[in-house]
Amino acid sequence: MDMPVPDASVLARRDRILAQLAAVLPGDALISDPTETRAYECDALTAYRCPPMAAVLPRTTEEVAAVLRICHQERVPVVPRGSGTSLAGGALPTADCVILGIARMNGVLETDYADRFIHVQTGRTNLSVTGAVEHEGFFYAPDPSSQLACAIAGNIGMNSGGAHCLKYGVTTNNLLGVRIVTMAGDVLTIGGPWSDAPGLDLLGVICGSEGQLGVVTEAWLRILPKPEGARPVLMGFASNEVAGACVSDIIKGGLLPVAIEFMDRPCIEATEAFAKAGYPDCEALLIVEVEGSPAEIDDQLNRIKAIAERHAPVAYRESRSEDESKRIWLGRKSAFGAMGQMGDYICLDGTIPVSELSFVLRRIGELSDHYGLRVANVFHAGDGNMHPLILFNANRVGDLEKAEAMGADILRLCVEVGGCLTGEHGVGVEKRDLMHAQFTRDDMEAQLRVKDVFDPAWLLNPAKVFPLDVTAGRRAG
Amino acid sequence: MRPTSEAELADILRGADAPLVIRGGGTRGFGRVTGEVLETGGLAGVRLYEPGALTLVAGAGTSVAEVEALLAAEGQRLPFEVPDLRGLLGRGGESTLGGVVAANASGPRRVQAGACRDSLIGVRFADGAGMVVKNGGRVMKNVTGLDLSKLMAGSHGTLGVLTELSFKLLPIPEMAVTLRLSGLTDAQAVAAMAAALGSPFEVTGAAHWPGQGTYLRLEGFEPSVRYRVGQLSRHLARFGVLEEVADVWPAVRDVVPFHGRAGDIWRLSLRPSTAADVVARAGAEAVLYDWGGGLVWLLTAPGVDLRARLGAVDGHATLMRTDADLPTFAPEAPGVAALTAGLRAKFDPKGILNSGLMG
Repeated sequence: MDMPVPDASVLARRDRILAQLAAVLPGDALISDPTETRAYECDALTAYRCPPMAAVLPRTTEEVAAVLRICHQERVPVVPRGSGTSLAGGALPTADCVILGIARMNGVLETDYADRFIHVQTGRTNLSVTGAVEHEGFFYAPDPSSQLACAIAGNIGMNSGGAHCLKYGVTTNNLLGVRIVTMAGDVLTIGGPWSDAPGLDLLGVICGSEGQLGVVTEAWLRILPKPEGARPVLMGFASNEVAGACVSDIIKGGLLPVAIEFMDRPCIEATEAFAKAGYPDCEALLIVEVEGSPAEIDDQLNRIKAIAERHAPVAYRESRSEDESKRIWLGRKSAFGAMGQMGDYICLDGTIPVSELSFVLRRIGELSDHYGLRVANVFHAGDGNMHPLILFNANRVGDLEKAEAMGADILRLCVEVGGCLTGEHGVGVEKRDLMHAQFTRDDMEAQLRVKDVFDPAWLLNPAKVFPLDVTAGRRAG
Repeated sequence: MRPTSEAELADILRGADAPLVIRGGGTRGFGRVTGEVLETGGLAGVRLYEPGALTLVAGAGTSVAEVEALLAAEGQRLPFEVPDLRGLLGRGGESTLGGVVAANASGPRRVQAGACRDSLIGVRFADGAGMVVKNGGRVMKNVTGLDLSKLMAGSHGTLGVLTELSFKLLPIPEMAVTLRLSGLTDAQAVAAMAAALGSPFEVTGAAHWPGQGTYLRLEGFEPSVRYRVGQLSRHLARFGVLEEVADVWPAVRDVVPFHGRAGDIWRLSLRPSTAADVVARAGAEAVLYDWGGGLVWLLTAPGVDLRARLGAVDGHATLMRTDADLPTFAPEAPGVAALTAGLRAKFDPKGILNSGLMG
């Protein structure tokens, strides 16, 4: 993975740039000591690291604007950062950049239960948004698995999803408005606690723009009334094909579970060894969760059972208590931890049409044999969002490269069957060089033009999302 | 002009040097644009329908009625309840998917299932210079690159001509029940709708038709709907008795109360809790509240500049029908207007796509 050569003229002006930043920020908001900037050298894609020239941690939108005006004037690249939990390298610095961390802006500005929204600063963590409204019986729906740590700013940047988006949608479907600071330092309000824009839907293109269009400092988020209850059922099947067919039949049956999670045998075995959740010994299992009152849940689970029985499940366990629900989710929730115990892994998140499930799993198995690397699959089956975990040994020379090559093959496979490179993690640097597999030059050109309008000098997170050869002329200009 | 393929459309746009009026079925276009008409009806046809994946891909010129019939045969539907504005705007013709997306046309179910743009998972379009672009795809979760599908939804044909669209679908529920509260003032009605939408009982419609009643909708499997009717009645007891009535949602969706009436028609997007106050200040001849007050339709005397009359509101007003020389869309703040003007210049460099419609 290549990153652009740091701009020597920026590095040469380092002291002058830092002095200007120091003049507009409180003393503790500018970090430039090399021992301290190291804390910002990577995000959750830890294979790639590079300390930034400096990091700033503003507390107000005005401070963000002041920083961006200086960096714009001095032509310094800026990499926005929420909590640094990106799995795609979205917050990976370059040596000539300023990391703009939003974590100190974590306040709640307004909650309105009648109009069902919360207005927050975007450094606030995902889970603490729900924490601010749950005493009134509300919650914020998008629930990425890093929700304890990840910031709303990053969720908006990556248009994050989660296990429950089959029913509630992803970030873009739950975002009403933003306050955004452009690279030139202009503060704009787009949207608000009402529906639709008066003109073009800029909010729709800002969400998921990976910090390339502006720095979002505030957000108006839709909050929803919490369902009365939720209960999962766990079912085991004799093959991936049968489990996939069951998913399709549940969807066709008019049921809309809040989550349908799928684990294959390697994943079941790994999590069993690690978490001992008591999962059945089978080729594939599904966890299906439904919501409502106890009677509504019973009714839906009865319908699901009738569908599942047509597929001869080798195990079928309906939760009857909070405790049993926790046990059913235990293995799924510890899947990543279990894989981490077995070795290093990379986690991909390509999406495929649900109908291609068994074909893609079979091909992944063949690729696993070809590369000699183990793969476990756990994913959101209702919407086809795969999560193949490729195990490798970081201490063995060439193993990371092999795992990455295999990951690239899997993602190309996702695109070939009609899917996409990334369903919820974002492109970042991780999938940047695979964009040619999904998009033509013209497809990308249309996207680059949007960035041209928001950030004409191409200073915001410039080395991400698009292959470097595609953006070379723009970044140089 | 009526191209029958994406390539033919792209050729037309590459060669065009005069303003074009982009038209799907011509059923919901509003505002004033002039130029040669470019119809998309020739770009029709369902390309892919997978009921087990809740996915539809179809040409932009495909008729909405045809799609709805196809989906209904499998017990599915477009989630966002497509409004039919022919009666409101005095139009004929057959609505197309492309027109629906270009207008981000969304009906009462938006409060629960989202707008058209929320169900739109992919687009193909040709920009004003004839460059063909694909964005999104046919899968529900996709964060690969910028989301131009959202940008195209509601762009009223000013950024490109849509050629193909992909949608996420939903099953048609076993049962739908419409409930009515009677005798509420507008302010009480908005409060009642907020209480209903803030409950865990999954209300899929919340409208107030002054003089007729305040309407709520519950959908799902029958035992579940029955249960929630009981719960919601208790939850809203302070607003009166909830009675079960006949389906009113097509009338709300299509703004039937305004049909055949003269005057200007405004469509307001509002912070719901402010809606009754805004309406009180509007001096309108007729009003219909949808989306719990988030959407307000107003019928006013011809030529009234409602935006000037209301001053600042938490939201904005679109002028859907008038003979007066007033802007169709609410003016944007200067910084935002600069961005949208920049996007138009990039996507429609010749300024030929529904030129001047959105500013």
